[in-house]
Formats: sequence, structure tokens, C-alpha cells
Amino acid sequence: MNDIAVRIEGVGKRYRIGQRESYKTLRDTLTNAVGAPFRRLSSIARRSSADNQRGVARGEYIWALRDISFDLKHGEVLGVIGRNGAGKSTLLKILSRITRPTEGYAEIHGRVGSLLEVGTGFNPELTGRENIYLNGAVLGMKKAEIDRKFDEIVAFAEVEQFIDTPVKRYSSGMYMRLAFAVAAHLEPEILIVDEVLAVGDAEFQKKCLGKMGDVAKGGRTVLFVSHNLLAIENLCEQVIWLKNGEIARQGSPGQVISNYLQSSISPSTERVWSGLATAREKIRLQCVRLRPSDGTASVPITVHTAFALEFEYWNFDPTAYVSVSFCMYNEHDILLFDICPPFDPDWRQKPSPIGLLRSICHIPGDFLNDGLHRVDLIILRNHVPVILEPQALVFHIQDTLEERAGWYGEWPGAIRPMLTWETNLSLSPRPTTGDVV
Amino acid sequence: MTAPEQATSRISVDAHNDIPMTAALPVTILRPSRGWVPLNLREMWEYRELLYFLAWRDIKVRYKQTVLGAAWAIIQPFFTMVVFSIFFGELAGIPSGGVPYPIFAYSALVPWMYFANALTQASNSLVGQEHMITKVYFPRLIIPMASVLAGLVDFAISFAVLVGMMLFYGIMPMAAIWTLPLFILLATATALGVGVWLSALNVQYRDVRYVVHFLVQFWLFATPIAYPSSLVPERWRAIYGLNPMAGVVEGFRWALLGQAQAPGPLLVVSVLTVIGVLTSGLYFFRRMEETFADVV
Repeated sequence: MNDIAVRIEGVGKRYRIGQRESYKTLRDTLTNAVGAPFRRLSSIARRSSADNQRGVARGEYIWALRDISFDLKHGEVLGVIGRNGAGKSTLLKILSRITRPTEGYAEIHGRVGSLLEVGTGFNPELTGRENIYLNGAVLGMKKAEIDRKFDEIVAFAEVEQFIDTPVKRYSSGMYMRLAFAVAAHLEPEILIVDEVLAVGDAEFQKKCLGKMGDVAKGGRTVLFVSHNLLAIENLCEQVIWLKNGEIARQGSPGQVISNYLQSSISPSTERVWSGLATAREKIRLQCVRLRPSDGTASVPITVHTAFALEFEYWNFDPTAYVSVSFCMYNEHDILLFDICPPFDPDWRQKPSPIGLLRSICHIPGDFLNDGLHRVDLIILRNHVPVILEPQALVFHIQDTLEERAGWYGEWPGAIRPMLTWETNLSLSPRPTTGDVV
Repeated sequence: MTAPEQATSRISVDAHNDIPMTAALPVTILRPSRGWVPLNLREMWEYRELLYFLAWRDIKVRYKQTVLGAAWAIIQPFFTMVVFSIFFGELAGIPSGGVPYPIFAYSALVPWMYFANALTQASNSLVGQEHMITKVYFPRLIIPMASVLAGLVDFAISFAVLVGMMLFYGIMPMAAIWTLPLFILLATATALGVGVWLSALNVQYRDVRYVVHFLVQFWLFATPIAYPSSLVPERWRAIYGLNPMAGVVEGFRWALLGQAQAPGPLLVVSVLTVIGVLTSGLYFFRRMEETFADVV
């Protein structure tokens, strides 16, 4: 019992549709009040449901969250994923005590620090120094605590020279860095974080991720919402996938994320770009296709299946040398390889023929690992990319259970080649008499 | 990371962890609300630093954005006093109970301006801080409270001018001056009491913004600022105390200028009224509080 940090049982949140947008005016309430007795009478006459049930019957309510239950132990890092509108933010708002649940029960052991955005309470008129104190206080830090961490925060944000300048004169990058720096130095027992990693330039994002990693590995309880699946996978021990306000899946990051990706992208083995090619467009992508090499049209593709990726494209430019290149990514967004056809002396300095061209790349079996894969395609004209088609094809490679030998965990590694092994007996112990019969 | 590695690193981290896992952690229970909720003053106390920072921010920002800055705290009551002195004091000849009319009016305008500004700021405070309400949790009462407290700085500045005027007119405060902080407290409580009512209503009904404007104008004339309360018939005097600002203004004049007798029954009624308004306001606010983030 003592090691539970957050326990949630059957939590749900119902919103009235459009509630956030429309404020009542006194006039509306008055007219409603005047009209109510008549409506009440007519509703009795029509034997409709009770007054507060009316909205439900008319579908004026929407459940942003329904029946959410989970436990989070102290020191655990939980990731929450899901599409926009799946209820992630509502869940964080309930746990941050910003809004109350409509039903259910939750208990939180420890102080909660919530970062639903960076820079809450920042005032553009105030200086960097003043905003650090203000924002710190808003986030729940004590003044003594801010005093102690002040230099660290300023150094982290890299705004030493501008600390006494009003933040309205800051660049947006500086502003974000300062805001994140304050947030990053918050030290509650339970930290609730929403998408704060999506700030600043690439270098600062790296720094933020590093800081998040420190926090996560520092024994703190963290509840973390992000669209950055790689960050979720690296930082979290447990992942919840929310779908339409309910928990679609819950478990280890690898499993849940791959399930989530599978549902969000529908795999296919062929994609055709519609519309006839016209001569006005000099180069045009026609089709990308995946075909098993043994000629069977049937999928599934397993880890053993050799297959070919075919790219068909039109060329109407008599002067162009057209070629293709593609990148293969796995479901963790890791680039497996970036490949183009090897240099062909026959085509050297010569323009490509006019018409429908087809390039085929043969991918051996026992090479790629199982899971979702995606192909980002580039078509080049005289070595300059002219068509970029990210996610030109997304396909799934299935695992076979033959060599699993009863183990069902995720097979680690970006690729899964079948390599040649040898096992020999190179030295045998001298047999002792009586032992071997 | 392999499993054993992870386990060892977790143990070493725990050893250096400054969070005492054994110490009793505060437990928060979240559940759907049912009606009235207690005030939870202890939590308010825990957030006192935020109250200070928000009030401090209000003051700082106000002065940074204005050209004249703190001078506004003097200009407003001072020029109102000049106008009152000309029209009510000179032309209408309203009695001022033995003291020069300018100081008679100004000694009432100082607490009045504080009250009027604090009430206006507090009423619009929640709507103005919408952004914070939807993004972070803290007791929402802090917001109108900070607005009311921030007004005390302007009050202090305009009060300094009052002291200057007293020296100019050679009016010495009586022994009753020690009661002055009590009347300041009464004005603060009135502004807060009405302010929490209106700020919570403002979240639901944006009409409140206009109501406040109107209310303050009305209230000005219902308070003995331009005229002495002695104009009100004796038997109505206690009922007049239902306007707590009447008690505040009478108290100020009594404590500073040594005017007339101590405001007895009127003051008692005023204090009771304020206690009623403030208590009901706080409970009403607490009840509405949880819907703020959904509605604002």
C-alpha cells in the first residue's frame, strides 16, 4: 500500500458539448428560468425523462474519459499515448486537480507538480529574474527553494546576460528555454508532464530529453504524455494507450507502442497514385508495390520471406537522368538503411528513356526484424530530389514462432539476419575409466 | 539495460534520494464533488508565498506599464477630492463636521478608492487569469485575494498624501488612531467578500463586468464620502451600517480627524454584514471553484 503513488479507479469525465466555448449570460439564465416551468410542463406531458437526464438523452454530453483505472508505484515512469482528442490531456488535468472527475475515485500519495505547458504565469513585462520567481511559485516551489536553484536555472536556460531584461524582449527560443528551465527544476514526488519536450531547437530538445531522463531515472514518479514515441519508449516502464477516452492497451512500452502504431497506420502492400500521367508533369510517381519473391501473391510477409519492392514512375523529360532512392524505417522510427541502386555504367551520363520506368529492389528473407516497416521514397532527377514521398509504403513483417522456443518477448535489434554459424567440438576432456560406459 | 543493471541503479538512486519514502506523504483524494466543500484554510496557508508573488506581480506590472506609475494612486483620489470640494463643499455647502472640506472628503476617498479598485480588480481577476486556471492547480481563492492585497500599495501611497494634508491643516490625530488598522481590515474584508462573490459569478456570467462598474458608482453615493453620515436621520443610522463602507469611512474620520463620537451601532452592523458577506462568499467560491477550469 505504501509504495503506491497514484491509484485511479474507474475515473471518467463528462463534458457538455460546447461547454468550454459558451459562457452563459445572465439573460440566458433568466430566460431559461422564466421558460422552465413551461418546459417542465410540456416535458411531463410528453413523459420525457428527468430534467438532468434530458441532456444525456439529447446527446449533449460527451465522455472525454471513461472508466480509467491503473496503479502507479513510487519511482515508476508511466507514458500515456494516443491520438489528439483521446483524453490524454483530460486525464492529466484530473490528476493535476485542475478539474474534477465526473465519476470514479483517485488517490495521490505525495505532492504533485504538473507541467501541462511551460511558462504558465509568465508575464512579458517582468524580467527573467522576476518570472523565475513567479513561475516557480505558480508551479508550487517555495521561495527558499527557488533561491537555492536560481543560478542553476539561469545556467540551464543559457540566459545569463538577459536575466534582468523583460522577457518580452526575449527571442522565442530564449523564452522557451527559460520556461523549461524553471519547470525542469521542480522536484515534487510525482511529476505530471505534457508534451513539454516539443520546445526549442534541436540542441535544446536534446538537453530537455536528457533532463527528463535524469528525472525519470532519479527515482521520481512521472506521468508523461507525449507524441514522441521514442522518448516514451526510452523513459517509461509502463505505457497506457488511450483511445476515445478509454484505455485501449496497457503494458510494456514496446508492446503497447507497436500496437498503437499498427492501429494508426494501416499496412498495405501496394499503393497507386491516382490520375493519369501527363506530359506537363515531367516526372511522376505511379506505384509502389511489395511482392513476395517466390511468386505467391499471398501475404503475410514473415521474417523469412524474401520480397521485392517495386517502384513505378513516369518520365517525360528527354534530358533527365531519373533514379530512385529510399529509406527503410522500423516501427521505432529507427532508420535501418538508406539505399539507392548501385552505380550502373550503362546509364552513365545518359538520360533515362521516356515512359513508365520500374525499379525493383530485392530484399532477402531472414534479414529484417518483425514489426511495422515504412518506406520513405525519393525520386531524383539528375541527382536532385524532385519527389519526396514519406511513408510511400507501410507494411508489416510477421514473426514466426519456429525458433522462438517458447519465448514470446520482443525480439531485440533493428534487423534479424540469419547468419551462418558453426559449432564444433574443439577439445574434449580425457575420458576417465569407469566414467564412460 | 539488462534487468540486473536496472535493479542496482534503482537501489543506488534510492539511497541518494532526498525524498523520505517512509515519511508520511500528503494524500490527495480526487472524486466527484457533492455540494458544499470546507474552506480548507490550511491549504491556503501553504500557498501563502504564491499569494505574495501574485500580488507583487500585479503591482509590478501595473507600474511598469503606466507612464505615471505610482502617481496614479495619488491622482485619482486627489482630483476627486478637488472636484468634490468645489461642487459639494463650496457650491452646495455640504457640512463637513468642523474640519476643512478637502480633508473631510480626502480622508474618506483614501479607503474608498482602495475598496473600489480592489473590488473591480478582484471581480475580473479569475477571468483575467484564465490561462493559469486551466493549466495549473492552486487554491483559486489566491487570485482574488492577491488582487485585493495588491491594492494596499496604492492605498499606502495615497495615505501618505493624507498625512501630508493633515500636517498642512494642522490636524493632530487623536488617541483613537490605533483603531485605524481595524478599519483598513474592514475595508479589505468588504472588498474581498464582495469580490469573491462577483469573481466566481463572473466566470459563469460575463455580465458581471458591467455590473461591477455600475455597482461601484452606486456604492460611492451610498457611502458618506461627499457628505457626513450625520445627514442620515439618527434612527436610520444603524441600517445605514448595512453598507460596510459607511462603517469604514466613519471609522477613518473618527480615528484620524477625531470627528464626532465613535461610530457605535453603525459599526456593529457593518462588521456583522461583512462577516456574513465574506463567509457566504468564501463558501460560494469554494463550491464554484471546481467548475472554473471547465467553464472559464
